[in-house]
Parts: sequence; C-alpha cells; structure tokens
Amino acid sequence: MAEMIATRSAYGKALVSLGARRNDVVVLDADLSKSTMTAEFAKAFPDRFVQMGISEQDMMATAAGLAAAGKVAYASTFAVFAAGRAFEQVRNSVCYPQLDVKVCATHAGLTVGDDGGSHQAIEDIALMRVLPNMKVFVPSDATVTEWIVKQAAEVPGPVYVRLGRLPVPVLYQPDQRFEVGRAATLRNGNDVAIIACGLMVSKALEAADILIAQGIEARVIDMFSIKPLDLEAIACAAADCGAIVTAEEHSIIGGLGGAVAEAVTSAGKCVPVERIGVADKFGKSGKPDQLLEAYGLTAESVAQAALRCIARARGM
Amino acid sequence: MVSRRVECSKQLAAIAAKLRVDVMEMVFRVQTGHLGGSLSAAEILTTLYYHQLNVDPNNPDWPDRDRFVLGKGHAAPALYVVLADLGFFPREELKSLRQINCMLQGHPDMRKTPGVEMSTGSLGHGLSAAIGMALAARLDGKHYHVWALLGDGELDEGQIWEAAAYASFSGLTNLTAIVDFNRVQLDGPTDCILCMDPVADKWRSFGWNVVEADGHCVDSLLKAYEEALAVTERTGKPSVILAHTVKGKGVSFMEGQAAWHGGVPNAQQYEQAMKELTQQLELRGDCGCSR
Repeated sequence: MAEMIATRSAYGKALVSLGARRNDVVVLDADLSKSTMTAEFAKAFPDRFVQMGISEQDMMATAAGLAAAGKVAYASTFAVFAAGRAFEQVRNSVCYPQLDVKVCATHAGLTVGDDGGSHQAIEDIALMRVLPNMKVFVPSDATVTEWIVKQAAEVPGPVYVRLGRLPVPVLYQPDQRFEVGRAATLRNGNDVAIIACGLMVSKALEAADILIAQGIEARVIDMFSIKPLDLEAIACAAADCGAIVTAEEHSIIGGLGGAVAEAVTSAGKCVPVERIGVADKFGKSGKPDQLLEAYGLTAESVAQAALRCIARARGM
Repeated sequence: MVSRRVECSKQLAAIAAKLRVDVMEMVFRVQTGHLGGSLSAAEILTTLYYHQLNVDPNNPDWPDRDRFVLGKGHAAPALYVVLADLGFFPREELKSLRQINCMLQGHPDMRKTPGVEMSTGSLGHGLSAAIGMALAARLDGKHYHVWALLGDGELDEGQIWEAAAYASFSGLTNLTAIVDFNRVQLDGPTDCILCMDPVADKWRSFGWNVVEADGHCVDSLLKAYEEALAVTERTGKPSVILAHTVKGKGVSFMEGQAAWHGGVPNAQQYEQAMKELTQQLELRGDCGCSR
C-alpha cells in the first residue's frame, strides 16, 4: 500500500524548503493558510508571508505588485476563489503583464467533500489554461507536487498549480525526474491510452489493473503538465493505441479532456477519445469517495470507458 | 534622479498646460483615446513626475526609483506625454498611440512602454499592485515611495476597499494614493451613477489620512504631497489625497461632460479646443526659470 499524502501537504512542505533556498520568494494567502498549508511557510518565514484577509481579488493584484518589484509571489487560496473569484485579476494583473505570480490553488475538484458544490472547483483548469502566458500543472502525487512547486520559481511568468485536499497515493520515487511539458508514462501498453491528471492518475492505474485481467494492456500517462501540454505523448498514444481515455477531477468541458481532444484533432489523428470527468454538473456535499462514485470518477468507470473506446476504435 | 526636479510652480503649471495641448493633439490625430480623465489629471501627473518622483528616464529599471501606478489606466495619453517629454521614449511614439504594433497601447502596458510600472486599465487593480510594490520595498529595506492615481469612478470597485483596508491595517507608510476627483464617470456624473460620498469619511474609516487639494493648482498639490508624507510618517498610516478636479479641464465644452470621457473631437471641435489650450499655455507662459 502506497503512502498517502495530500498534494496540498506536499505544497506546504515544498514552500518551506523553497523559502529557505530563495529569499525572493514571498507567499500570500487569503485567510485559508491552515487549509492551503501555507501556514507552514508563515511559521518559518513570517516576514515573507502576507496575510491578506478574505480578499482574493486584492491578493492576486498585490501579488502582481510584489512580482513587479522583483519578488516571486506564491498566492494561495481555494481553487474556486483563485481561478473563479479572482479570474480577472489573474488575467489582467498577472498574465497580461507576465508577472512572476505562482497561483497555487488547493481544494480543487469534488474531493473537497462536505463543503459542497459552492466550494468544489470543477472549472479551474479550463479557466486557467485559456489564459495566454499561463502555465498549468495538476500534480498527481506528493513527489511531483514538490517538484513543480520548486520548478515554478524557476519558470518565468505566471503559473497555476492545482492541488487537492484529500490524501492520495505517492506514485513516484523521490529521485524521479520530471520535465515541464513532458508527461510521465506510468505504465506501458498499446491497446488503449489512459491520460489522467491529479488524483485520477491513481484511479487510472487501478483501471489498468482491471483491464489487464481482461487481456487489455493500457498505457497510463500522467499529464501533470496541462499547459504546456505534451503533444508528442498524445500523438504517440493515438498512433500506438488507437484509443484514448482521459480522466480528471474536473468538468469534461475545457479541462484535460478538452485539451487532449484538441491535441488529437490538431495532430490529424482519427481516434476515439472518451472523457471521464464531471459531466457538466456542479458538485454537492458528501464524503469524497461517495462523490467520486456518484460522479463516475472511479477506476471501474475509467476501465469501462476504455472498453467503450476500444470498441469504437474497432468500429471505425 | 533629483536633478530634474522642477521647483517653480509657475513652470510646473506651464508644463501641465503644454501637456494638455500635446494630449489633445495626440488623441485628435489618431481619433481614439480618453481625453476627459487625461485633462483632469494634467497637474497631478506634472507635479508628480517633474517634482515629486525620484525616477530616471535613462535608467527606467533603477531598483531604488519611486513607483507610480496609474490605477485609472484610461488616462494613459497624459502619462505617455509626460514619459515622452521626460525622455523615457522618443516623442515620435506619441503619433502612433493605439495603433497596430505600437508601443503605446490603449491602456498602460509595462511590457511595452518604458517608464510604465504596472499594466493597468481594468479599474480597481492599481491600488493593490501599488501595495504589492510597497510591501516589496519594506521587505527589501528600500526607501522608495509608491504612488497610485485612482479615478473617483474607480472607487466604485470593491477591490479598492479591500486594498484600502489592507494598506492601513498593515501600516504601509511608503504608499500614497491620489484620487482624481472629477465627479464624472463614463455614464454620467458620479452623483447619478454611484455616489460614493462622503468619500473622505470612507477613506478615514478605512484607516487612512485624508488630505484635500485643488487638483488643478500646482501649489495646492505640492503642499498636499508634503502634508501627506508628513502625516503618514507621524501616524504610521497611509495617506490619500483627494485632488478636486474637473473632467475635461481646459476645454470649455468638455469640462464636466461625461460624453468626453472617451469622446474624440471632430476638426471644428479640435480647432476650438486647441485655441483654448494654447491660450492657457501662453498665459501660463514662460516663468523665466530655466528647466
């Protein structure tokens, strides 16, 4: 059984080690530091922590001002507020002037749980990836989270990192190497490709286990870099497997599934794409596992989508 | 870059009068751009850039420079005239305001225009960005001052008040806001659209010192800057200067008229406007000081 760590926890830890290494890193939060885990940075570097109060719009533009004056500003709140409430500040004060603001949004997706649909961001990937100059990352585990949080300080310009509340399995060894714009292939196979992000990567691995019992070898790709997207991995998946399933804890509109579908058509590949995600609905209260079940974000539904996709490919 | 500092208030008034002429000429030429709020900010921008701000046109990225954020980014034409005159970029650029592939975008763009500290235009962002710069100065132990110019219509934006609360709560003493208080917004007089009176009381209740000034009187503005800085130092609270102005100032038929927020003159109107503005320039004339 893999160790379980929430990506937000890995974020809190990574920030502290980054802060120790780089004096120009400042962190802003909008009264959620105990939940976003920036409280750890606040404790370690109180001078470089900016508590903004419940004012996300002000926070994003203040982060932009800090960045304009030479800082690398990490701004954290829940994804629904970071990408939604403060969208226009992120657009005009961060992305338009290409400032070094790293928006690290936690509590993304349905697994926020009990708080309900008002707090479950299912559209933030779509909102952030449409912005010019923005880079979008959805880490699947603690290891890749730690890497991307540190990498974000090295990558010039705006970055959006989507983090989760729920502990998720650690998928990578600490010495695993990652690259911006390069997906990680976790399992090889040529019958179907499952391209996933965030906590759906571990579900995709479970789905691959289900499929192998039926003699189907699924390729599992962790597309943690949504923008820049790994077009080569997608084109290869289309060419090698002829069938693609996407899986994300996000609306099936505009997120990873949308990005992959765009890439497949742009590459001129005629392969079916089945998108697993939230089917154009808001979330609701419930336990995280109940919600994933209720919205079809399970290993079983990914495996079923794979079978459908293979059948569609054969019929083409 | 203190050497450029103009002390003579007559000379500053003359620079402001010239700025109006240049703004009118520039906007008329390209038939696009916001005149009303540019004309109302003429003395404010002049006193800041020719007297108050420590900036160096030859070294726009000098780390210790004062920062100026034009919250009311639509007054870009006035800012561009000032920056060009100071030598941040060639005056020639003024001719291609808002044109395809130009340096001078419709609203200030820090990535395209030397001397522009922050990309603005979406109202309500500027004060927050100025706060970020002031925080950075405090962290770095630098002594530069950050100035933000807001429109009074801009005060409708909720983000302004988020920022106002934050700035006073965190005791920012290296930040001063100025409100170009011309009492007219795009759709009409602020009294009819969304009256924010009593504006001074609102800022005070948010923990700011308030200094009132005649936004078209150079001496009044200079005194207000001094007072704002002194009272901030004394109280540990940021100051806001309510600079009472007239939208479209200097052109009789534009003054106080919402239609000239974004309206541009035809040839006949332009002739009349230039006649009035050049007359004012001649009146303010040469004070005898050498610049």
